Order: sequence, then structure tokens, then C-alpha cells
Amino acid sequence: MREIFSQELNDLHVCFSEMGMLVNQAVYNSVKAFVNHDRELALKVIRNDVVINECEVDIERRSFEIIALQQPVTRDLRMIVTIMKASSDLERMGDHAVSIAKSTIRVKGNRRVPEIEAAIATMAEIVKKMVEAVLDAYVKRDDRRARKIAQHDQQVNEAFQRIYERCITEMQQNPDTVIGSTDYLLVSTYLERVGDYVTNICEWIVYLKTNKLIELNVNNKETL
Amino acid sequence: MAAAPIITSRDVHLYYGKHEALKGIDLDFNPQQITALIGPSGSGKSTYLRLLNRMNDLIPNIKITGDIRLYQQDIYASDMDIVQLRKEVGMVFQQPHPFPFSIYDNVVYGLRLAGIKDRAVLDQAVETSLKAAAVWTETKDILHESALALSGGQRQRVCIARVLAVKPAVILLDEPTSALDPISSSKIEQMLVDLKKDYTIIMVTHNLQQAARASDKTAFFLDGQLVELNDTVNFFTAPAKKESEDYISGRFG
Repeated sequence: MREIFSQELNDLHVCFSEMGMLVNQAVYNSVKAFVNHDRELALKVIRNDVVINECEVDIERRSFEIIALQQPVTRDLRMIVTIMKASSDLERMGDHAVSIAKSTIRVKGNRRVPEIEAAIATMAEIVKKMVEAVLDAYVKRDDRRARKIAQHDQQVNEAFQRIYERCITEMQQNPDTVIGSTDYLLVSTYLERVGDYVTNICEWIVYLKTNKLIELNVNNKETL
Repeated sequence: MAAAPIITSRDVHLYYGKHEALKGIDLDFNPQQITALIGPSGSGKSTYLRLLNRMNDLIPNIKITGDIRLYQQDIYASDMDIVQLRKEVGMVFQQPHPFPFSIYDNVVYGLRLAGIKDRAVLDQAVETSLKAAAVWTETKDILHESALALSGGQRQRVCIARVLAVKPAVILLDEPTSALDPISSSKIEQMLVDLKKDYTIIMVTHNLQQAARASDKTAFFLDGQLVELNDTVNFFTAPAKKESEDYISGRFG
């Protein structure tokens, strides 16, 4: 009977990985659309979020059925709990991509600040690499790598801090950039949150491997 | 999935003297599915199972009413050939009881009864049946040794091979793993899942996890009645009846 269970678990992993790829793409495209002022791409991100949400519902249903029918214990149980928790984190990441896309649509026509946009693009690059790395670490159940990935969140937080300061300065000097800079702040906040969710997933990978629930980044050290 | 049921039963009542053990059961079984019959002791599930190949016939003071059909043919009709019925509807019991002969002779027992003597046919049947029962690799080098020398789990799989050898359409199992350890039970469950593409399998089990893991449909019996028949996934996640929910979550029984 192990075979059936293994097959179902494997299917669940495939669903999770697919969802991860969709979310990664959504985050990447949302920032790309924002920086390139690409309204069409932003709309596409918003439309595709339905698919991500469906993935999460599908993963929940499958997990629920496996728990009810196969009654897994120990590592098997941790595996399913991890997928359920991590898929909620992925789903929230997808929602943040949608928020970024909505900012893109809103911001059109406002006066913009190229340097801040470049800083956001750089920040997005770090986040994107974190998302890709965490999905890979998840597939390989690599808890050591997960711990390392979580450390990159510090860079994301620092990038956010710089963008925040830059936006405040810009708004003070050029009040006509207030609307645009507010959106920059929002977008960088969303990206910062995506980084936090990556950290959450890192924690789930560690849990999966070691049965230890840990906090990889303590947020109270952040200045914001 | 909407294949015609292979066995149908309508308003089946069974009385042991004055005691009504089955109180009007309507239940159908589809080909290529495993149906688990669950319920507390005395709920009538084993009694019902035994009706399907007329294993209750010899019990004194028994009265059976209602209609049970295999391939739309009334199995309680006076012209029903019981030997033929039991060839079509094989049965595996809780305690594995191989005959006190070799493994080979156990498996071909039914075929020899049917008059088959061709050695090549028998050899082939032994291999096919033992393979299908997932016990071939363990027995292929000791086919002519006594089946009584096997472990409980192996004996049960040889008993299943003995049933498979006569090519039944339906296999009834009455708590087939309750005398076995978890590893042997798991092998038998896996074997049943592998077999279902060619058979209709109906299994009484007290092991709710086994019903959940291995079956497609679950039928819940309580006090001589069929409380609920549902897809197993629905039965174990959101059963339709409160009694079902109470039973599988251990609130009674």
C-alpha cells in the first residue's frame, strides 16, 4: 500500500512545484510590468492569479484526502503538513504579485523616478532568486540550503530600507512625485513581504527535515 | 465509471430463527472496484457477504428473502448451480487455511475438481495465480513443499491464489488480514488494489484504515441495516450520515 501512498505524495509534490513555478513567474512578471510600465503584462498577472488559487485549493483537497484515507505518521505527516502550510505561503506571494500588478495599472501617467524604479528592479532580482532557490531546496529537501536562503532576506530588507529612504527624500523634494513614490513604497513593501514568505518556506523545509519548528529571521531587528 | 453493477441486491432480509439479522439491504457492486463493508460486530456485514455465494445455506433455521443477482441472474433461484456460483464468486476467509498438501496442489485444487489434468495448463495456472496473489517470488522454488510451512501472510496469499486459479468474477473477503501482521496486511491490500482491474472485490473489514486505504466504495452496516454506501473518499472525509461519522470517528462501536 506504500506504493499508492508514495504515488499520491509524489502527485502532491508535483502540484506544489507547479504552483511554485507559477508564483515565481507571477512575482517576476509583476515587477517586470511595473518597471517597464507594461499594463498588458500586469493584467496578465492579475488574470493568472486564479490558476494559483486553484492550485492551492487542489493541494488542500489532496492533502486532506491523504490524511483521511492514508492516515500518515512521522515524516509522511510532516511532509503533508509542510506542503499545506507552504502552499498557503505561496498563495500569499501570488497575492502580493497581484498587488504589484495593480500598482502598475494605477501608476500609469504619473511622474516617475527612474533611480527608484531601478532600485526596485534590483530588489526584485534578489527576491526572484530567493523564490527560485527555495523551490529548488524544497524539491531537494535541502535544509542547509534553506537556512542560507533565509539569510538573503536581510538583503531584501536592506534594499527595502534604502528604497524607503529614497522615496521619502523624493517626496519631500518633489511633491508631485508623492503619488508615484507611494506606489514605489507599496511595491517594495510587497516585495519585502514576498521575501518573508520565502523565509517561512525555508522554515518549513527545516521542519520537514529535522522535525524542529524554528524562526529563521527575527523580524524585530528590522527598523521598520 | 458508470458500468452496470455485476451484483445487485434488493430488500434482502435474513432471519436466524426469529432474529432478523438483515433488515432489507439494497446494495450493488460494480466491476473493477473494491467495496469495503464495515460496521460493528453483529451489524450483519459478514452475514450479508456470505449471502453472495450462498455460504449461509446450511445454517439451520435460516430464512432469506429478497433478491440477489449476479449478472442479473437470481442466485437463490431453484435451478442455480451452487458450484458454478462459487466458481464465479470466490471467497477468502479470516484464517488462512491451506489444504495440507503442497503449494502447487493447493492452487490447482479447484481446477482439478473441474477435471483439468493437462500439466501445462495447471503449471501455467499456478504461476499466473501465485503471481497475481503477489506470492510467486517467495514460493516459486518450493512449489512442491507443504503449504502449511508458510507464514500466515504467505498462506493467506496462497489461499487467494487458490481462489484466483478458478478465474472468478467476484472475490469475497471476510476480514482477510485480521490474523496478519501490518506488513503482510499491507502486501495483501496492495495485491487487492492491483487485482481490482480484473475483478469485483468485496471485503468485510474491522480495520477502518484498511477500508480507507484500499477501497473505492465503503458500505457501513449497523444493526442489520445499510446506513450508507458512499465513495470511500467521501465516506472518510464527509460522510452523509451522522451514524457513519460517529462510527468512524470512534464515538461508538
